[in-house]
Amino acid sequence: MPAVSMTVNGKAVSGNIEERTLLVQFLREHLRLTGTHVGCDTSQCGACVVHVDGKSVKSCTLLALSLEGAQVTTIEGLAEPNGPLHPMQEAFRQNHGLQCGYCTPGMIMSAIDIVRRKGNDLDEHTIREELDGNICRCTGYHNIVKSIAAGAKAMAKDGAPRQAAE
Amino acid sequence: MSVTSSATGIGASVRRKEDLRFITGRGQYTDDVVRPGETRAAFVRSPHAHAKIKSIDAGAAKKMPGVVAVLTGAELANDKIGSLICGWMIHSKDGSPMKMSAHPAIAAGKVNHVGDAVAVVIAETKGQARDAADKVKVEYEPLPAVADPAKAQAKGAPQIHEVAPNNTIYQWHLGDQKATEAAFAAAKHVTKLDIVNNRLVANAIEPRAALAEYDSGTDQLTLWNTSQNPHVARLVISAFVGITPEHKLRVIAPDVGGGFGSKIFIYPEEVVCLWAARKVGRPVKWTAERSESFLTDAHGRDHVTHAELALDAEGKILALRAKTIANLGAYMSTFSSSVPTYLYGTLLSGQYDIPSIYCEVDAVYTNTVPVDAYRGAGRPEATFVVERLVEVAAREMGIEPTELRKRNFIKSFPHQTPVIMNYDAGDYNASLKKALELADVKGFGKRKRDAARHGKLRGLGYSTYIEACGIAPSQAVGSLGAGVGLWESAEVRVNPTGSVEVLTGTHAHGQGHETTFAQLVSERLGIPFENVSIVHGDTDKVQFGMGTYGSRSGAVGMSAVVKALDKIEAKAKKVAAFMMEAAEGDIVFKDGKFTVAGTDKSAAWSDVSLNAYIAHKFTGAELEPGLKETSFYDPTNFTFPAGCHICEVEVDTETGNTEIVNWTAVDDFGTVINPMIVEGQVHGGIAQGIGQALLEGAIYDKDAQLVTGSFMDYSMPRAHNLPSFKIGLTETKSPSNPLGIKGCGEAGAIAAPPAVINAITDAIGTEQLAMPATANAVWSALQRVNAASHAG
Repeated sequence: MPAVSMTVNGKAVSGNIEERTLLVQFLREHLRLTGTHVGCDTSQCGACVVHVDGKSVKSCTLLALSLEGAQVTTIEGLAEPNGPLHPMQEAFRQNHGLQCGYCTPGMIMSAIDIVRRKGNDLDEHTIREELDGNICRCTGYHNIVKSIAAGAKAMAKDGAPRQAAE
Repeated sequence: MSVTSSATGIGASVRRKEDLRFITGRGQYTDDVVRPGETRAAFVRSPHAHAKIKSIDAGAAKKMPGVVAVLTGAELANDKIGSLICGWMIHSKDGSPMKMSAHPAIAAGKVNHVGDAVAVVIAETKGQARDAADKVKVEYEPLPAVADPAKAQAKGAPQIHEVAPNNTIYQWHLGDQKATEAAFAAAKHVTKLDIVNNRLVANAIEPRAALAEYDSGTDQLTLWNTSQNPHVARLVISAFVGITPEHKLRVIAPDVGGGFGSKIFIYPEEVVCLWAARKVGRPVKWTAERSESFLTDAHGRDHVTHAELALDAEGKILALRAKTIANLGAYMSTFSSSVPTYLYGTLLSGQYDIPSIYCEVDAVYTNTVPVDAYRGAGRPEATFVVERLVEVAAREMGIEPTELRKRNFIKSFPHQTPVIMNYDAGDYNASLKKALELADVKGFGKRKRDAARHGKLRGLGYSTYIEACGIAPSQAVGSLGAGVGLWESAEVRVNPTGSVEVLTGTHAHGQGHETTFAQLVSERLGIPFENVSIVHGDTDKVQFGMGTYGSRSGAVGMSAVVKALDKIEAKAKKVAAFMMEAAEGDIVFKDGKFTVAGTDKSAAWSDVSLNAYIAHKFTGAELEPGLKETSFYDPTNFTFPAGCHICEVEVDTETGNTEIVNWTAVDDFGTVINPMIVEGQVHGGIAQGIGQALLEGAIYDKDAQLVTGSFMDYSMPRAHNLPSFKIGLTETKSPSNPLGIKGCGEAGAIAAPPAVINAITDAIGTEQLAMPATANAVWSALQRVNAASHAG
């Protein structure tokens, strides 16, 4: 089986995997990083969103072998296990932006990318349009929108929008 | 929002304890669980809606890399694994029992819907299991199939189960037929509607999953499962399906990613995983692919109804009648029979004082995925019928829609409806009034004129809904055919150091019980919120409980906690009395402290808890050591949340697109533990209701193939489909549980669809509009309106 090496959450990792292994499978099954979730099979729900080389991507639609040398950040890489939360994570908690939590990792990763592309001052319309690739069945999005707007502002206080963990 | 006694007590919008693991990716959902030696299961599923299984050749499949076993329905039957069941008996008008077919976990002689399993492959990896599943050769003899329930009952239709002639499961009715007929005969005005309550797929974002493990040393089976009710799963799988005796089965529902009813039921997949795990001697894990979920998760709704409302000259409602065909799909799912009967017909009075009601329901088999409860379960169907009838009647009679409602609101309580339900408390005028203000209905006329100048049509739609939840008083549902009681259990364990664990038979899948239940305990015992843990979801830890659905965890689950806390307080006072050498009757417990009335003697909570376990201050004959109490709470009635939702839409006449420009909801949920969480439940429910009204619909073609089989074709609401919501609350406490809670989990999904359709039909000027009111549907309706007005 072919080999692949990449950096995930700041750590060098490698594996021998089948050609058809998706990035999300590599993360979940080989690296045991189960924070990234699978919610559909048509690349629409966004539960699998991670950051690759600084941009959000759907890990269900990438072959792991195509990411030789890439820098990957997953939800687990946003904060140290007992350290302070990323401002976007904290915003979701403060604003009740999650219920069952299953879409949440993808939502948060997408949200951080929205800030990267659209800035820290996001209006409701922009956030709603930008969330086209993230489906939530629990919240009705009302509090997700609030969370992202608050998280975006909080990320400005922190300095430049944060990318990968060190 | 009510005044709170503390920052973490009842009524406080406390931030959730469970969030930390979810926002950091450390939740543990069923697919995240990995057991040593785990294998993966892939099912071979029928591509035909109706077919005989002629043969299954697994020869090539068994030789594929990594394959451990290939198992079929014949082997399942050989191992004497029993049928899945529907646990709610419904009788027809003629007294005959419902016609429940067998439902083997793997089909043996015949398949009855696209997706019906015919074999399962167990392999080392998911990819290997799927590859081998593709190699299983199944020879089918296709049979004619039927997806439409009316066609299924017609002469010459394909017969799906021998036990049910004309594919009819039952023909049920409720109410007084004669009185209703008389009322209609005397009516000044009759409104008639033909209504389709469109078939939906719950689509929780976490797909269903099951992981089964067998310990041959102890003959013990363990099942991790995405279940809303692990104890019920354990009971059904052991006692009815016969996998293993109850005490040898442990069911664990870890973090569950949404349910909405679809994860209540006991499905073939968990049965097969358990059976296979014991057979192959290794853990077996199955996780649904989304397109597999579409073919196996219970669908919701799917009613076709002809409904009529009889009114007098002043718009006073005299009677309501409805005839419904309910599509239950290819097999009767666990609670399927109850949804179009006792969860539907009993809500046809709505918020109104209606003297006579008569409802007939035919439940029918078709070659489609089984249908069962989905958020609201019967009450959205009833509310849609009632609120459309009332709105249309108002338009036909030229009476303003809120005025017509007010003329008919129930104003005194308790109120016995003609359809079993006895409403205990409510104030429907209060929610209507508050909603009208919040929605600025006064300003609607101007907004409508402004919109018209831009070529947009604005419309306003009301939904004054009521529902019955807090499911449910056991004797009541038992008398209506339920095979189980619907009480709830709680065990409160005070530790020696004073921290508390509450073991509840409910099971949250997003509702935040770890937070809300802790708020209740923290306030009652006067101990810090951080010192309370909530335990749920494991049949080895928690005594029997009925699970979470039917908006019951607050009303029923928390009531059980309250009763257990009552016992804790009583015993703790005894301990304190011994400690302070006082009479038990002189002990006062307040704010976490025990004092002797009239003195300055006191004992802290954690001192009392420690003493309960050290047991030095009393003998075993005087008092048992320990501080742990249990309660099984059976509610005395359903609860009746009610409210008013107002939807304001703007329709683009060029595209038919509907934008929801304002949504106002004023709900009465009785006592609210955490307003932030309650509002979140309302948001989510409204979103699903809007999804039903505007976007969603599971469609079968004439060959009973599911055309909407993935997120490509089934339109899930996204953020840009939905508005922000204005949420208000009124409060009349429920008299039928100690906290006065009514429950809030389903109300949004119940209230929303008629509000949307009432608004769009108001905007475009025709009642001929079915759900989902897609842009195409609305545009077509507009063309018909224009054609009619030109012709006229």
